[in-house]
Amino acid sequence: MLVQFENVGFRHAGGPPILSGLRLSIEAGQMVALVGRSGAGKTTLLKLVNRLLLPTAGAVIVEGRDTREWDGIRLRRRIGYVFQDVGLFPHMTVEENVSVVPRLERWPAARARARAHELLDLVGLPPPIYAARRPRELSGGQRQRVGVARALAIDPPILLMDEPFGALDPVTRAEVRREFVRLQDRLHTTVIVVTHDIAEAFALGQRVGVIDGGELVVYDTPSRVASSADPRVRALIDALPPLPAPGSR
Amino acid sequence: MAVLRFWLAHRAEATGLLEQHVMLVLVSTLAAIALGVPAGVLSARRPHLGRALLVAVSAAQTVPSLALLGFLLPIPFIGGIGSRTALVALTIYALLPIVRTTVTGIRTIDPAVVEAGVAMGMTPRQLLWLVQFPLALPSIIAGIRVATVIGVGTATIAAAIGAGGLGEYIFRGLSMVDTTTILAGAIPAAALALVADGLLAWLERRVARGRATTRGLVQTAAAAGLLVVLVASVAYARTTVATVVVGSKNFTEQVILGEIVAQAIEAEGGVRVVRKLNLGGTFVCDRGIRSGDLDVYVEYTGTAVTAVFHEAVPHESRQAYERARALYARDGLTVTGALGFNNTFAILVRGGDAQALGLRTIDDLQSVAGRWTPGFGYEFLQRDDGYPGLVRAYGLGFGAPPRSMDLSLIYRALADGQVDVIAGDATSAMIEALHLTALEDNRRYFPPYDAVPVARTASLLAHPAIGRALARLAGHISDRDMREMNAAVDLGHRDVRDVAARFLDRIPRS
Repeated sequence: MLVQFENVGFRHAGGPPILSGLRLSIEAGQMVALVGRSGAGKTTLLKLVNRLLLPTAGAVIVEGRDTREWDGIRLRRRIGYVFQDVGLFPHMTVEENVSVVPRLERWPAARARARAHELLDLVGLPPPIYAARRPRELSGGQRQRVGVARALAIDPPILLMDEPFGALDPVTRAEVRREFVRLQDRLHTTVIVVTHDIAEAFALGQRVGVIDGGELVVYDTPSRVASSADPRVRALIDALPPLPAPGSR
Repeated sequence: MAVLRFWLAHRAEATGLLEQHVMLVLVSTLAAIALGVPAGVLSARRPHLGRALLVAVSAAQTVPSLALLGFLLPIPFIGGIGSRTALVALTIYALLPIVRTTVTGIRTIDPAVVEAGVAMGMTPRQLLWLVQFPLALPSIIAGIRVATVIGVGTATIAAAIGAGGLGEYIFRGLSMVDTTTILAGAIPAAALALVADGLLAWLERRVARGRATTRGLVQTAAAAGLLVVLVASVAYARTTVATVVVGSKNFTEQVILGEIVAQAIEAEGGVRVVRKLNLGGTFVCDRGIRSGDLDVYVEYTGTAVTAVFHEAVPHESRQAYERARALYARDGLTVTGALGFNNTFAILVRGGDAQALGLRTIDDLQSVAGRWTPGFGYEFLQRDDGYPGLVRAYGLGFGAPPRSMDLSLIYRALADGQVDVIAGDATSAMIEALHLTALEDNRRYFPPYDAVPVARTASLLAHPAIGRALARLAGHISDRDMREMNAAVDLGHRDVRDVAARFLDRIPRS
C-alpha cells in the first residue's frame, strides 16, 4: 500500500470534527477519485497526505511511514500537488513555474530546463511558444496544464489533485481530462483526485470513494458505486443529468 | 532669471550643495532599505512584533524634523553637528513607508500562491526568496519611492545642523529675507524630488511587468551601497587632514562673522578651515563646540551668560565679559578678546525726529512719550528685561499701548510713521538704510551683548593659527563696521565671502 488512512480523524482545535474514522488504502499506480459536496473534508484529506496537516486521531501512512515521522519538506518534494485555483506563481514564466521543484532539488539548470520542456510537450504546450510566457498570458485550460506539468516535474510517486479541472468550461474540461487520463496510463503515477463532481470522479477514477459528513461512505469500482443503494450516494448520483455510462472512460 | 544668475555666480558651491543633498538622501534611503525591508519581512511573519514595530516607526515619524535633530544632537556617536545626525534622522523618517509597504506587500499576496509554494516543499526561506519577496517587490519599491521623495524634502532641514545640502540656500535666503537665494535652494530640491520620483516610478513599472528580477535588483542595491561607502570613505579620508571647524548661527551678522574668522585663520596658514555656518541657533552651536564638532564660533556675552549658563547678566560690559570667560573656562572653552561691537537692543527713532526734538538718550524720550506710539517685537514685549522693565527703568509713560509686530517689519513701520519709537538690533542694516537714530542707553538698562569668539581650549593649543587670527580681530569690529557689513549683504546683496575679505584687508596682521 502506498497511502493508507488508519482510522483517521481530524478537527481544528476547538472545532467540530471534519473527518472521522476514515479507513482507506491506495495501491501504487492507482487513480482514485474521492467525491463529496463542498465542505465534506476533501481538501483536508489531501493535506493529511503531504503533511500540511497532521491527523488528530489515527495515522496516515505514506510509503510505509507515518506522516508524523516524515520531514514535511522531504515528503512534499515527493508528492505533486495540483491546486483547485491553479496557484501558478504569477511572477515566473511558464518554464520557471514548471522547473520550481527541480530547482529546489538543486538540479543543474540545463537538466531542469530540459525537464520543463519535456513536460510542456507532454501536456501539449510546445515550449518554443509557451516556455517564456507568464501565467496571465495563458487561457484557463493552458494554465491548468502548466499546473499538471509543474506537479509532475520530478516524477513524484504520488500526485494529489484538488478539483483540478473545476474552473474550466465543459468542453475544455473534457479535453484536458482525457489527456490527463492518457498521461496517467503512461506514467503510472499514483493519483488521488478530490472533486465535488461525481461525473468527473467516474471519468477519472479506477476507484471511486464518496465522502459525506467527514466519513467515507463507499469506496469501490465506479460501476459498483454507481449501483450503490446507500441513500447518500444515490443523492449525489440522482442530482446528475443523464450520465455517460459509468466507467466508460 | 535672477535665480539663474545666482547659480552661475555660485556654480561650484551650488554643485557641491546639490551633491551633498543627493548623498544625504541616497545614504539615508539605502540605510532605511537595509533596516526597513528585513524589519518589514519579520513583521509580516510575526504579527505581534510587527504591530509593536509599526507603532514605533510611526511614532518616530510624527516627531517634527527640527525637534528630532534637536533630540539627536546631544547623543554620543549618533549626534553632533554635521551629516551624521542628519543621516540618522533621515533614515528614521524613511523607515515608516518602507516597513509599512513591505508588510503590506507580503500580507496581500494571494494565499493560494503561498500555499502552492508550501505544498511544493519550499522551506520558509525558499518561500520568502522565491515567492513572497518577488511578489511584494512592486509594493516595496512604491514605499522606497515615497521615502525618497520625503527624504529629498526633509534633507533641506539638515542644513540647520551643518550637514549641508540645498537647505543651506533656503536657510541663508530666509535669514536674509532674499527670495532669490531661497529659490536657488528650493527649485533644485523640487526638481530632485521629481527626478527621483520619476526614476523609481519607472523601476516600479518594470518590476510589476516582471522585467526586472529580484536578483538583479538586490545586486543593483548592493552595488549602489558599495559605491556610497567608497565615495564616503574617500570624502572622510579627505577631511582627516588637520582641519579647524568654524561655526555660526543662522542670521546674516553671524554668517559674516563666521566667514571673517574663517578667512583670518586661513590667512595664518597651516590648517584647512571647514565652515559650518548657518547652524540653527545658540543651542546647536553650543552643543557643537562642546562635542568638538566645532572649534570656534562667535557668541555674545549677554546671550552666553543667560541662554547658555542661565545666570543674570551683569550690566557692565567688562563684568559680563569676565563672567562669560570664567564660566566657559570651567568647560574647557576659551573666550578670546571681544571683537569690539555690542549687538544689544537699540531704542530707535526717526532721524528727523531726533534732530528736530534734540533726542540723544532714552531719558530724552520722557518729554515726548505721552504723544508717541511705541512698536516692539513679540519677545521684547513679553520679556521682563524688555518693555516692562524699560518703562520702569526710565519712567516712560507712552500715550498709546505698544503695537506688537514681527521684528523684520518693525524698522519699516517706524520709517513709515506707523509707530514712533521701536526696539531693534544695534547692528541692524536698517538703521542706516532708513535713516534711523539709536538713542543712548544712558541708565545702562540693557545688558551688554558684546561679540566674543569662543574657542575650544584644546584647539587653541593644537592650532596656534586660531589664536593668532582671533588676536588679530580683537577690538577691530565696531558697531558701525558691523552695521555696514550687514547692510552690504542684506540690502546690497553682496557675497558674504567678498564682504568678509574686503573687511579683513583693512585689519593689519599682527
